[in-house]
Amino acid sequence: MAGLLDIVGGLLMVGGTAFLVFGGLGLVRMPDLFNRIHAGTKATTLGTLLTLAGAACLRPDWGWKLLLIAVFILSTNPLSAQVLARAAHRIGAAMSVKTRVDRLEEDQGA
Amino acid sequence: MAEALVSLAVLLAGLAFLLALWRFLAGPTAADRVVAFDVMTVIGISFIVILALLEGRGIYLDAALVYALLSFLGVIAVARYLERGY
Repeated sequence: MAGLLDIVGGLLMVGGTAFLVFGGLGLVRMPDLFNRIHAGTKATTLGTLLTLAGAACLRPDWGWKLLLIAVFILSTNPLSAQVLARAAHRIGAAMSVKTRVDRLEEDQGA
Repeated sequence: MAEALVSLAVLLAGLAFLLALWRFLAGPTAADRVVAFDVMTVIGISFIVILALLEGRGIYLDAALVYALLSFLGVIAVARYLERGY
């Protein structure tokens, strides 16, 4: 059964790094800063978590340390993205021309 | 089989790093570069974990742990600077 766990771990790692590629692709292709934050943060968080899960399948004795890394990623990555998005909105970063609605601007105007 | 898949994972992570690096070099504003830097640190954590697997040395995971814990501080510092100018 160890062989099956190895193959599952390898597939998880390939899937996770594929999500990293999607994140990088979104970073290149998306039209404005807020879309880039969205694509970059979400896709790379999932990709890194899948990579860590794959590493835990390949080396089960590292499981606790990998779980700790996953907890730190889950707690710090959304934080940095949120702080950056708030700063970008406050300095008036350019939005895509397709942007229809800006709820934060409406809330501040009221 | 597993070794081949891990090698493919290294290639894919390198491709993702190059895409983020392109945005880091080309990004029109400073905030775009900071987003690319944030993505590059997360990809770097994955790289360190894959490297620990390939080398078979669990001590490398401690480096990934510290990097995951501290890398967001740089992004927050630059975001505060952009926001307030000090």
